[in-house]
Amino acid sequence: MTPSLHLWLIPILPLIGAAINGLFGRRCSRRTIAAVALASCGGAFAWVLFVSARFSSLTLPHTEFVAHWIRSGDFLVNFEVYLDQLTLVMLLVVTGVGFLIHIYSVGYMWEEGGFYRFFSYLNLFMFFMLTLVLAGNYLQMFIGWEGVGLASYLLIGFWFTKDSAASAGKKAFIVNRIGDFGFLIALFLMIKHFGSLNFAQVFSAVSPLPTETVGFGLLTAIGLLLMVGAAGKSAQIPLYVWLPDAMEGPTPVSALIHAATMVTAGVYMVARSHVIFDHAPNALTVVAIIGTLTAIFAATIGIAQTDIKKVLAYSTISQLGYMFMACGVAAYSAGIFHLMTHAFFKGLLFLAAGSVIHAVGGEQDMRKMGGLKQYIPVTFLTMGTATLAIAGIPPFAGFFSKDEILLRAYQANPVYWVIGLFTAFLTSFYMFRLMFMTFYGDYCGEAAPGHGHSDPHGHPGHEHGTPHESPMIMLVPLMILAVLSLVGGWVGIHGRFERFLDPVFTSGEFAEHASEAAGPGLQYSLMGASVAAAALGWFLARLLYRKNPDLPRKIAEHLGGFYDTLVHKYYVDEIYAALFVKPLLDGSTRVLWHGVDQGVIDAAVNDAADGANHVSDAARHMQSGNLRSYAGWIAAGAALVIAYMVWMGVR
Amino acid sequence: MVPVSYYLILSGILFACGVIGFLIKRNIITIFMSIELMLNGVNLSFVAFAAQWQHLSGQVFVFFVMVVAAAEAAVGLAIIIAVYRTRETLNVDQVNLLKL
Repeated sequence: MTPSLHLWLIPILPLIGAAINGLFGRRCSRRTIAAVALASCGGAFAWVLFVSARFSSLTLPHTEFVAHWIRSGDFLVNFEVYLDQLTLVMLLVVTGVGFLIHIYSVGYMWEEGGFYRFFSYLNLFMFFMLTLVLAGNYLQMFIGWEGVGLASYLLIGFWFTKDSAASAGKKAFIVNRIGDFGFLIALFLMIKHFGSLNFAQVFSAVSPLPTETVGFGLLTAIGLLLMVGAAGKSAQIPLYVWLPDAMEGPTPVSALIHAATMVTAGVYMVARSHVIFDHAPNALTVVAIIGTLTAIFAATIGIAQTDIKKVLAYSTISQLGYMFMACGVAAYSAGIFHLMTHAFFKGLLFLAAGSVIHAVGGEQDMRKMGGLKQYIPVTFLTMGTATLAIAGIPPFAGFFSKDEILLRAYQANPVYWVIGLFTAFLTSFYMFRLMFMTFYGDYCGEAAPGHGHSDPHGHPGHEHGTPHESPMIMLVPLMILAVLSLVGGWVGIHGRFERFLDPVFTSGEFAEHASEAAGPGLQYSLMGASVAAAALGWFLARLLYRKNPDLPRKIAEHLGGFYDTLVHKYYVDEIYAALFVKPLLDGSTRVLWHGVDQGVIDAAVNDAADGANHVSDAARHMQSGNLRSYAGWIAAGAALVIAYMVWMGVR
Repeated sequence: MVPVSYYLILSGILFACGVIGFLIKRNIITIFMSIELMLNGVNLSFVAFAAQWQHLSGQVFVFFVMVVAAAEAAVGLAIIIAVYRTRETLNVDQVNLLKL
């Protein structure tokens, strides 16, 4: 019996912070609000560190019962926490990166209105994310799942007076709902067939079932439905459209929710449900295909974007595609490894981008930047580190995790590998393009840029004559994340990270390690290929955006239609609008609104009232106020009664 | 002996005359007289039946009706005079202050 670690404290602390800031924050000073938010989030992080220090002494998986929740006949759902290696990695990433981003946000949001609201939402997000990660059953996970969606909605629409932000929030919420629907159906299937949502019980019920290699069975259905949920939350094809729009939120939110933590929930969920997926290879293939397609699809869009945050958004989608590709070839630990390194470098990229936006006074268009290297050297250096990491240049973090994924993909099917390698090249290209456009060349911004051009946080009182470096409170998290982006991948050398996660994912057939199965020759040649792809991306970006700044325009003109397609993101938003949104809107307008609501419901009520009106209008004429007409009615009535009596008497 | 149906028919005719007069006349006094006519039409049927069945209650009823009619006539005529003093007309259609 292992001692209780009071794991429930980890999510509860941010919840307390959210409650304090949300209820009393309006009357508190900014200093108090920041202190509460940082203390609650930092407390959670500290507790996670304490847990990881005690981790080796635990019997795994370590579960802690918190409270009964639903008891209905045989069906039982508890609030419980479930701790194993996978949970620990997620906890460290979520609380660690989350804490750094909290610190950064204090600096970034200092001048903003609604300071308390922002930190209340941010802490609320942490609560739900930690609930999701620590959940001991699918239903509890679902609470966290929905909760992070809510927090995401609130934070995307943080500047709710701006129309685009409000609609981006709604879009994210609605698209996520489609995914959540799939998740929910999967839960219903589990309840129906396994009678439980508890991880341990579901997995032990699945384990003895035969692997569904051919055909479409129960586990395949559950797997595919879970994947629908994951695709919604983790922005995979076809439900990725909300993530680029989510960049309307404040930049720290993009870093925390839409890069480092929430969007990885889908990967976590697939990895957590690996027992189901292992028994449903067809579902797993779908996961791999979706991941691969998303990776390359988003990367190609990314190379043509000019908004610095949009580039990062598509990059995030593409990297999430990598993670799903890894999960799809049953290399879950490689996916989680990339999830972790991605949290470091993509969180850093977003925070650095926020620092850049801060420096140039709210401008997000990279074409109006340039030459920022000398103005904001710290941001440049840290962002450069992250770029090297995401491009996969050794010895930065992204190299190890991406290489691991590509290796496993190659073993599963070289097609995945080829696409993954090409995506790696594109990734390197668009990231260095971003770097060159932003930091090199000459500054193209106006002398006094219009405040809040595309980001309404025009810092009042600032005069942006020249770009200026961010305050220390924003730079320190950047530096820490830069160090992590550098060294974060080293835990994966010689498959150590994989071995750490092994107890979670081992289910016999998948026990063999990639590094052991593959000969060193294959490993090194694949490694060389991915480094070469990254270097090629760098070279091409340098050629196009550093040496010959005119060349990209010419190429774009030459490419014509294809380039336009990329700029317009393959017109996916337009296609969705035409295929789904417009028919729905028209159907709702014509049939449901004009037809059912106005035609049937309103009409019934109105006609009933009109009918009563008409009848009483007619009856009103009896009461003319004319004495003789009353007498006439009385006489007529009496005559009628007498006639009736006579008739009855005669009969 | 005259059959009772003759009385009843006469009574009906008187009553109908009263009703019709009530409905078509505009002069209050005429209307008032029509009411008296109706009452007396009914009275006639009462006494006819009383005679038919050799029963006193019908006759007693007629006395009651006549008393009420006399009281009514007293009050009614007083009202009519009051109306005429204020409105200077006896046309019921013009006595319409309570109408919307």
